Amino acid sequence: MQLEIRHLLGLEGVSREDITLILDTAESFKKVLERPIPKVPTLRGKTVANLFFEPSTRTRFSFELAEKRVSADTVNFSASTSSVLKGETLKDTARNIEAMKIDFVVMRHSAPGAPHFLARCLNSVIINAGDGAHEHPTQALLDMMTMREQFTSLEGLKVIVVGDIEHSRVARSNIYGLVTMGAHVGVCGPATMIPRQMEDLGVTVYPAIEDALAEADVLNILRIQLERQKQALFPSLREYRNLFGITLERLDRTGRDIMIMHPGPINRGVELDSNVADGDYSVILDQVTNGVAVRMAVLYLLGGERQKLEGDDHAA
Amino acid sequence: MNIKCEIMNAQDISRSLNRLTHEILERNHGIGDLVIVGIRNRGDMLAQRIIQRIQDIEGKTVPLGLLDITLYRDDFQRLTDRPVIQETEIVTDINDRKVILVDDVLYTGRTIRAAMDALMDMGRPALIQLAVLVDRGHRELPIKADYVGKNVPTSVTEQVQVKIKEQDGEDQVLLME
Repeated sequence: MQLEIRHLLGLEGVSREDITLILDTAESFKKVLERPIPKVPTLRGKTVANLFFEPSTRTRFSFELAEKRVSADTVNFSASTSSVLKGETLKDTARNIEAMKIDFVVMRHSAPGAPHFLARCLNSVIINAGDGAHEHPTQALLDMMTMREQFTSLEGLKVIVVGDIEHSRVARSNIYGLVTMGAHVGVCGPATMIPRQMEDLGVTVYPAIEDALAEADVLNILRIQLERQKQALFPSLREYRNLFGITLERLDRTGRDIMIMHPGPINRGVELDSNVADGDYSVILDQVTNGVAVRMAVLYLLGGERQKLEGDDHAA
Repeated sequence: MNIKCEIMNAQDISRSLNRLTHEILERNHGIGDLVIVGIRNRGDMLAQRIIQRIQDIEGKTVPLGLLDITLYRDDFQRLTDRPVIQETEIVTDINDRKVILVDDVLYTGRTIRAAMDALMDMGRPALIQLAVLVDRGHRELPIKADYVGKNVPTSVTEQVQVKIKEQDGEDQVLLME
């Protein structure tokens, strides 16, 4: 088996077969993580550079752990300590890294398309760990893995993403991935945070949380980015909580079992109440565990030699 | 590839497995601390048959383990194809137990090297012994089987194909050219 994709830049345009192969492989790696020695020698001798131009704790931690679990060597660059501060361009930084014979580059960057740019100018395999408000493919993959564990199939599953859809790379990757896998995807949030062309992606817009709760099998709740408060997209945090916050009372009123997901970090008492986040329907910590397995699977499937396919040769 | 000849038929395989089972029991003085671990694919099915035979002879069940060695292969960096990883299921604690590794064909010895590394990551067995249905020679590593169904001298250009009923519909070992 071989993935059609050579890099993991986003889930837009990634085939159902590729996503299925990644999720199946991730399940095998999850079993490896349960062994007494949760490490395999598969990517021995391969080197991964983790380029984080934006702060990140859990994604970076998860990637680094995954890399170590498949025995790859890792080097870390973070924007605050690197020569980016000295004015180096992204391309120069990347070329320098490549001169050090790096096999994989895992990158988070505030500019949408930054990993795509790297993929065009480097020979290394590029994995997008979040580019601006564009995509965060490994997060969506781990979300899908967590849903699949519970519901066996994503086909026909009703998943509603709640929160700031406009500025969320998690939402975008989830939508691309889930729609490809045959799920029914909805979004719910303040009108100022819902992009206009949503229906074109095959997504249903729910203006009121009650309507979303009445239909969803899964709620993927996004973090309200407090730093966006300045843009006045909603009047106050309290009003957001009153209109869109997931509280136990709201869930109980539906009388339905709804799986609760959150990519973290949670603003407790804003988008999600503590008793829900820590409650029976929450799979938030499963998501974290699955994150490591999914990233191991991506490294495994994108590593090693590759059969030459048409369109592989791109000029540097 | 064409079939050159049949090396073993269903009855030959069955007789070989009978003898292997008796040899395993004889060498280990019964089934105390024994775990039979089959290497996927086909080694696991042979392991199951050995366990069935032990059950018939001793009246007791020996634990079965299934091992997928994909992640331990030494040629991973050279493969263009990503092998599908199958489940490894070793529920028994293998620490201080006698592990009998079972595979269909012993050839270069690289699979067995990978399997031993995988086992070591799961614990520290008291000992590991190797049982194979066919030993076709051409070892590239210093590995030797403890129990061999049939030694078959082959040339490198030939291939030994083991068919197992559960997977291939019939029991047969063929030499292909």
